[in-house]
Amino acid sequence: MNVLAASFAPGLDPDPPLLAVRGLAKHYGTTLGCRDVAFDLWPGEVLGIVGESGSGKTTLLNCLSAQIEADAGEILYRCRDGEEVDFRTLPEARKRALLRGEWGLVHQNPRDGLRLRVSAGANIGERLMAQGARHYGGIRGEATGWLTRVEIDAARTDDLPLHFSGGMQQRLQIARTLVTQPRLVFMDEPTGGLDVSVQARLLDLIRGLVDEVGASCIVVTHDLAVARLLAHRLMVMKAGCVVEQGLTDQVLDDPHHPYTQLLVSSVLQV
Amino acid sequence: MTVMLSAQNLAKTYTLHTQGGTRIPVFRGLSLEVSAGECVVLHGPSGAGKSTLLRAMYANILPDEGEIRVRHAGRMVDILAANSRTVLQVRRQTLGYVSQFLRVIPRVPTLDVVAEPLIRRGEDRAAAREAAAALLARLNIPPRLWSLAPATFSGGEQQRVNIARGLIAPTPILLLDEPTASLDAANRAVVTSLISEAKAAGAAIVGIFHDDETRAAVTDRLFDLSTAKAA
Amino acid sequence: MSETGYNFAYLDEQTKRMIRRAILKAVAIPGYQVPFAGREMPLPYGWGTGGIQVTAAVIGADDTLKVIDQGADDTTNAVSIRRFFQKTAGVDTTTETAAASLIQTRHRIPEEPLTEAQILVYQVPIPEPLRWMEARESETRKMHALTEYGVMHVRLYEDIAHLGRIVKSYDYPVRVNGRYIMAPSPIPKFDNPKMDHMPALQLFGAGREKRIYAVPPYTSVVSLDFEDHPFEVQTWSDGCALCGATDSYLDEVVIDDKGGRMMVCSDTDYCEKRRAAGHLGPMSAPYAETEAAR
Repeated sequence: MNVLAASFAPGLDPDPPLLAVRGLAKHYGTTLGCRDVAFDLWPGEVLGIVGESGSGKTTLLNCLSAQIEADAGEILYRCRDGEEVDFRTLPEARKRALLRGEWGLVHQNPRDGLRLRVSAGANIGERLMAQGARHYGGIRGEATGWLTRVEIDAARTDDLPLHFSGGMQQRLQIARTLVTQPRLVFMDEPTGGLDVSVQARLLDLIRGLVDEVGASCIVVTHDLAVARLLAHRLMVMKAGCVVEQGLTDQVLDDPHHPYTQLLVSSVLQV
Repeated sequence: MTVMLSAQNLAKTYTLHTQGGTRIPVFRGLSLEVSAGECVVLHGPSGAGKSTLLRAMYANILPDEGEIRVRHAGRMVDILAANSRTVLQVRRQTLGYVSQFLRVIPRVPTLDVVAEPLIRRGEDRAAAREAAAALLARLNIPPRLWSLAPATFSGGEQQRVNIARGLIAPTPILLLDEPTASLDAANRAVVTSLISEAKAAGAAIVGIFHDDETRAAVTDRLFDLSTAKAA
Repeated sequence: MSETGYNFAYLDEQTKRMIRRAILKAVAIPGYQVPFAGREMPLPYGWGTGGIQVTAAVIGADDTLKVIDQGADDTTNAVSIRRFFQKTAGVDTTTETAAASLIQTRHRIPEEPLTEAQILVYQVPIPEPLRWMEARESETRKMHALTEYGVMHVRLYEDIAHLGRIVKSYDYPVRVNGRYIMAPSPIPKFDNPKMDHMPALQLFGAGREKRIYAVPPYTSVVSLDFEDHPFEVQTWSDGCALCGATDSYLDEVVIDDKGGRMMVCSDTDYCEKRRAAGHLGPMSAPYAETEAAR
């Protein structure tokens, strides 16, 4: 049974997808990064990309989020105003405008996504100011509100994230990303560098906030448990190719591809 | 009576690639219809495919052949051919599923775990938590546990939390995978009455029950997989 | 009395043409930093090498030059640069703002309003206003090109968050002609409003970083701020101790070793003009007497 075809049978869905990726490929010299990647992402949907190190999942995420340039393919995105654009052919000004406003990127290492020597409040406010917010009180209000939502004491608004714990930094990065109500959020191993005790709390937070903001999400993770809890749908990658995709519980409970079966059977039970 | 779920010509074979490509045929040519207000209990020896069939009805497992149509929002939808979003929508509104195991985010309090399906449907948070509290009380989960995450609970407690989570948002179709497996007699009785109430309210129920008492109390029709398979 | 052996105004004509082209481009794109092939000048970076090259490229034999350093005509830097052009270009020099056709300045704008007939040349140490938020030149250029200026307000936000108000008091960032964010050089923010719609042409030269930028006459120059924390200039409770002016930028001068201080105009020419006209501050003897004592 072709899982791919089952998931994307045409004609059953009246709404157009938010993101449609077709034939995406990236090579590093002669080395394959990823190829033939195709999928659709609908509003409010969380897509997990799983696979082991070197499977191409981070390459794919980086191509999608404009951190590196793909060699081939289309990244069709439906903008807030309804216009459909191919992200890859957009002029850089529009790419960056999308990345600042409608899109958000949560790095695995929060230090890559934060300004460590600027207060937590300003970190959150920056995207608002970049969009033209010019009322200090309003910006600060939003910032403290978001700190509370990510369970950071509002009294720490003016502290530098440099002195925050890893878990707090990650939560701050999430607040900084979600403050502009992005429609599409990319997350690269969002719980990667954190203690197990902090991971669960962060997962619950991410799930709740993404739901609240109504964002679509693409989450890269090597942790199948994280994928099960966050993602509606999964894409399994191996050696640069998507080998299986479908509903998360379908892929994990009834894996068809040999590699997926290996991946699922390799998880340690606690 | 309205047919709520119709499975036609299902066939499923597991191929275990990690074990030399071993093929395990489960069933083929299997058909089943379930109507509103009816409780069909899957029957057969271990390995007959009861659990596989039940999970296929939830689109958790994809059969190799056949179709499973469920009545969703007034029309029959083939959940094996529908796209992911439709399946998720059908699950949220039409298909209830109570598994044997509770699988939730570790640190979330029990009350929120149970209330979540209602909140996902758009119900007010406070009302959802109230409904969750009532259901937990009925299942004899003491209030002092409600604010704790269920990870540290006993097996029976976890299962009751799981049942509460599965039943809190009423669905026209209910799939039950051994919901009473590790419960004592008193709690089994509570679950039995919950199932009877759902049935009385018009739900189409498909279940697997290993304890005879519960099975006897709720069953309207037995579906025997060993004979179905042979056919 | 002009030195021989040098071309007029020190630089050779080809270099001046190159600099003039950069200036023309800068005038055409107000606030945009134009790279230019800055030359080695006979003074160290940080002493006004950028300003001098701009002045050398625009000065003519009939110009009258004024040079100020922090408002004063008589400090080492101002005196040296004035003498440099006296020797290499043989031009007239002055300390009077109104008498000058060309004014090179370090860190001030004269108090007396400038006219269409004048050019103001600023010495600029760090031309890139985005530098403190973004270290990469490739990235700051992109940010300018795409008008991505959100980070500028982050800095002002930090001031308010930590100190209750915007404390940045010099080199206060401005937006020119509604487009480019520009560093006005380390002038006190007191001078920022003077840049807005100034009748004189304003040219900026950064020698170390080899950048030239400009604000053409009558161009809008707006200081960045927040709606609820609007831009404000410095104010003083008392006027100048010497001339009594309450509308000028004041410097604090230590007058003894017991903690005695006085506030006086930073613009020496302005202060003298006022005293000559009879204005007196609380610590000043009548002007005629001090002149007589000289």
